[in-house]
Amino acid sequence: MTFFDLLPLYLNGAWYTLLITLGGCALAFVIAMTVGIVGSVRNPVLRAAAAVYVEVFRGVAALVLMFWLFYALPLVTGYRVEPVFAAILALGLNVGAYGAENVRGAIKAVPRAQYEATVALNMTPVQRMRMVILPQAWAQMLPTFGNLAIELMKGSAVVSLIAVSDLTFVAQQLRTFSGDTALAFTAALVMYFIIAQVLLFFVRMAERRADRRLGRAPAKPTRRGGRIAAAVKGGGA
Amino acid sequence: MPQSDNLPAGAAGHAPGEEPLIRFDKVVKRFGRNVVLRELDFTVDAGERVTLIGPSGSGKTTILRLLMTLERVNGGVIWVNGDSLSHMRRNGRLVPANEKHQREVRKKIGMVFQQFNLFPNMSVRRNITEAPVHTLGISREEADQRAEELLDMVGLRQKIDAHPTQLSGGQQQRVAIARALAMRPQILLLDEVTSALDPELVAGVLDVLREIARTTDITMLSVTHEMAFAKDVSHRVLMFDQGRIVEEGPPEQIFGDPHEERTKEFLHAVLEG
Amino acid sequence: MTFDWGFVGEVLPDLLLGLRYTLLATVVSYAFALVLGLVVAMVRRAAPRPVAAVVHWVMEFIRCTPLLVQLFFVFYVLPSVGVQLSPLTAGIIGLGVHYAAYTAEVYRSGLEGVPRGQWEAARALSLPARRTWTAVVLPQAVRRVIPALGNYLISMFKDTPLLFAITVPELLFEANRLGGQYFKYLEMMTVVGLLFICVSVPAAILIRFLERRYAAI
Repeated sequence: MTFFDLLPLYLNGAWYTLLITLGGCALAFVIAMTVGIVGSVRNPVLRAAAAVYVEVFRGVAALVLMFWLFYALPLVTGYRVEPVFAAILALGLNVGAYGAENVRGAIKAVPRAQYEATVALNMTPVQRMRMVILPQAWAQMLPTFGNLAIELMKGSAVVSLIAVSDLTFVAQQLRTFSGDTALAFTAALVMYFIIAQVLLFFVRMAERRADRRLGRAPAKPTRRGGRIAAAVKGGGA
Repeated sequence: MPQSDNLPAGAAGHAPGEEPLIRFDKVVKRFGRNVVLRELDFTVDAGERVTLIGPSGSGKTTILRLLMTLERVNGGVIWVNGDSLSHMRRNGRLVPANEKHQREVRKKIGMVFQQFNLFPNMSVRRNITEAPVHTLGISREEADQRAEELLDMVGLRQKIDAHPTQLSGGQQQRVAIARALAMRPQILLLDEVTSALDPELVAGVLDVLREIARTTDITMLSVTHEMAFAKDVSHRVLMFDQGRIVEEGPPEQIFGDPHEERTKEFLHAVLEG
Repeated sequence: MTFDWGFVGEVLPDLLLGLRYTLLATVVSYAFALVLGLVVAMVRRAAPRPVAAVVHWVMEFIRCTPLLVQLFFVFYVLPSVGVQLSPLTAGIIGLGVHYAAYTAEVYRSGLEGVPRGQWEAARALSLPARRTWTAVVLPQAVRRVIPALGNYLISMFKDTPLLFAITVPELLFEANRLGGQYFKYLEMMTVVGLLFICVSVPAAILIRFLERRYAAI
């Protein structure tokens, strides 16, 4: 059996990986925005609620969360959670907590002078956020969102442990069938790498667009790693 | 200039019961232990142009920021057109103002900042039209037309679709003035609007402000170090030091014949320095 | 379905034994990642350009692919070429190499943060390269990277449940085993989650304190 005979299997696995990644990213994005914005308001009760969410869901690994949703939750509710859904939920909740910190930090980084200008123009708090603060914070959020998307994609490999046939699951199966362990895993790793590069390509494009909108010179390619990655790693499992 | 000769020099000149447009009533402002304003009393009438001068840290900018509700008073009351900025009447009693009340009072006030504070995520056009459309509820077409008129006035009509970062500091500040005026404020606060500009760009901005002073009856409260400009446009100059008014009077008197030693020192330092 | 606290109490010693593996794997892998990351950062700075470029892409590859698959790779592929590893050793290698790719980036930005003038001053004093690194550059860089490295310690701790997949008897493995044996998944998974929160939340607060204390990068 050559690698090309196996390609359809891998592509099928990659499809599941992509599906879970995109689903997880969508959920994580909604959570990040909501919790991040709530975490940056003046009301101390709302802010505390956002902080609790962030600490709890950053504190638990996505894998543990997924096992809990998949194995424990049905015992409480009586409903079995679809494995793919449990995975998307776990990854989204977990990465969403990191994303919320990113959003909150980016909102805080918008110069206070911009807020003051919105007061002078008599905008409502909602208008301030929607028309001025978020559009400016967006450019700052994007690089970290990109890193988080990669972390989420990597984290999605844990779904193979609850028998979702993603890339990792396919590699595991081929290992047991074919015995060519090195090929089985190398092929999976390369496909993950390709997906990551494609994701990064889109994020970079969005970054350039956001910078142009703010009239900034196209920024140098953002580096992964350093402090940003420090805040980010652990986003997945 | 609108009836500058008839304008009273201060609160003392008011007919009894007639409320000035702005009234500071024993206003106290502290930052931590640092007392910036000490029981400050002063009034500004509708249409009056008042310039605040004084050394840095004397509380001038704080007065503008309090009026714009960017800061809260620690004591006393600021009245604008008979409404308190910090309090509102409910069932005949004064209670702390909510956001809605503050927005109602703020409607009358516009501000131009030292650092322009244009929105970098919007074109010049949207910088000027966004707030009128969304907070005053006027139509896009009307807001656009108004933006064009205002840009004509500040001499930047051709820059309407430019991005703020493509403009010089002086041009940005002129756009910021147009943006403030688009809200049709009764009161315009000017906070050291030329301090951040390169020297050769100052004149253009001051000319625009002179033009506004000449053609409108908007009430202007400015903090500036441009003494010639202050002399040209103001009806009254207030000299501040350490949170108090040291001296006030018409510009001719303050600049030509200051009575107080502190004023003389300050003017000497500014004009000679 | 009620939550059986009694059962939790009964198996707690087993769980704590699992937690010991978790902590052991974390600490050893972390030390490994700290050292390997530093080597990588220095190679990228000092080695000839092609070597540095290869190292850069290898690290990029490691950062862009799942730790779980890397663990499988170490666990299944290395024995097939004759390297026999215990699950725990394989896990430590996998975790350590994966995180070295991140710590290398931290060191890199830490080193970039040391002003050029410092290198030039060392050269002006004719310090040998070794002294320049150990006496001038590293002491300044290390201080700046402490908070970022601390964050990776927490991340690594939260990644140890993946070792479950290569049969290391760590916390999740034990919980899963006991949960399956007595059909007490709700209790086991909940306790695992709580134990993780109990360790990582205070740790995160400690890191934030360090961040305030040291100049962060």
